[in-house]
Amino acid sequence: MAERERRQTPPFGGVFVSHARIMTTDDMGRAVRRMAHEVIERNHGLDDLVVVGLQTGGVPIAERLAETLADIEGLHPLVGTLDVALHRDDIGLRPVVPEAVTDLTADLDGRVVVLVDDVLFTGRTIRAALDALCDFGRPRSIQLAVMIDRGHRELPIRPDYVGKNLPTRRDEVVDVHSAGVDLGVMQK
Amino acid sequence: MSADARHDTGLGRHLLGIDGLDRSDLEEILDLTDAFAEIGRRPIPRVPALRGRTVATLFFENSTRTRMSFETAARRLSADTVAFSAGTSSLSKGESIRDTVEVVASYGADVLVVRHAMAGTAHRVAEWTDLSVVNAGDGCHEHPTQALLDCYTLRERRGSLDGMRIAIVGDVSHSRVARSDVLAFTTLGAEVVLVAPATMLPPAIEGWPVTVAHELDPLLGDLDATYLLRLQRERITEGLIPSLREYAADFCLTAGRVARMRSDALVLHPGPTNRGVEISAEAAADHRSVILDQVVNGVSVRMAVLFLLLGSGRQLGAVEAGDAVEVDR
Repeated sequence: MAERERRQTPPFGGVFVSHARIMTTDDMGRAVRRMAHEVIERNHGLDDLVVVGLQTGGVPIAERLAETLADIEGLHPLVGTLDVALHRDDIGLRPVVPEAVTDLTADLDGRVVVLVDDVLFTGRTIRAALDALCDFGRPRSIQLAVMIDRGHRELPIRPDYVGKNLPTRRDEVVDVHSAGVDLGVMQK
Repeated sequence: MSADARHDTGLGRHLLGIDGLDRSDLEEILDLTDAFAEIGRRPIPRVPALRGRTVATLFFENSTRTRMSFETAARRLSADTVAFSAGTSSLSKGESIRDTVEVVASYGADVLVVRHAMAGTAHRVAEWTDLSVVNAGDGCHEHPTQALLDCYTLRERRGSLDGMRIAIVGDVSHSRVARSDVLAFTTLGAEVVLVAPATMLPPAIEGWPVTVAHELDPLLGDLDATYLLRLQRERITEGLIPSLREYAADFCLTAGRVARMRSDALVLHPGPTNRGVEISAEAAADHRSVILDQVVNGVSVRMAVLFLLLGSGRQLGAVEAGDAVEVDR
């Protein structure tokens, strides 16, 4: 989500031009499958697990992860979505508008939350998400799963499950979509 | 000119009226309201979006629910609130509105929510100050956030106002709610019938995109929604109606009348209701009544409006890719 918002914001506005296909749909599927096994291994099953996708880029990945978890364990974890626009720290600095409605009805007290996003970059979206989750209860733990970790962190935040580590330049843009993952730049 | 005018009446810096907003402006606010309504359903219904901002409510005319609704909306966004009410202020010592506005502005307010018995007050205040201004009711002119919450309530139940047939019943000529609602409902594709005694219709009804009826009963079975206006009791002394009983006999939504409405029809009222005058207690409690939904939705809509004016970044001249650049004066 951070990635997509950033793309729409000057000076990054423009048209996305892809330089390289980093992952195909199949690659993403395999990465999700591996991450699902890691989630199960680390949590000894799916008891009390809630998968929360960040609006909007993290939601399809969260849904895939939840389906894969269900395939493996035969038990469908609770799934929710979270829009963190109103918790961001750059409100007033650039246009920030909620893009989608949060759908998180599970009581989070005592549960394990697996937060899912497409791209981990500065970490500011995740900071906002941690802040927002506190309004829904007190989870036993919060873990972070991302499809792409592209580095350049500005806050002390690290992922627990990573689809792919991708070294990038700061001005590059990572685009995660249904047909795969592209690395490119914005051109005016 | 049109860009400038739009900027002053539309969603640029102020919300002064529904007049000047087009369908996409209204739909943008209503779409955004979904996100704020969800916050109201959280265990802790508060987000830090407007932390450090101050919302000042300047009510030169009495109101409890509109003021409380704006203050609740501001608090859910973590904004601070400063309240000014005419009754307890130095207005009674002769201070002018302009002085009051300047004093409140110097307390660091970011937005002024203004209600006044005189039409056009919010527009005047907007000329005096650099702050954002929200019209919370100016005389018989407009009450835009009421119209927005009414549209949101109808849309929540029906998905869309397109093709809905809505009757607005009561003292249309003195009602800012009716004026804003007519504009908003018709802009969103609904058909509006004004139902009132001839003395309570505005003199210049031509040009309004509405039809007019003087009887409620023949319409009842054909309406998607009935919007009952509050009858100000002082209108009787003005001779607009002979008596409350006579008004109620023709226009009060009684249990009998509600029974003749379609089962999926909706009943709305801006509150506070005069039970037995424009609506009976049975009708207000009927499953078709969405009066309490209106109150809940009022907070969500006002959160969306305050956030659009203060938090969305538009004010700073920031633009999204592909947007035409609009520069604040």
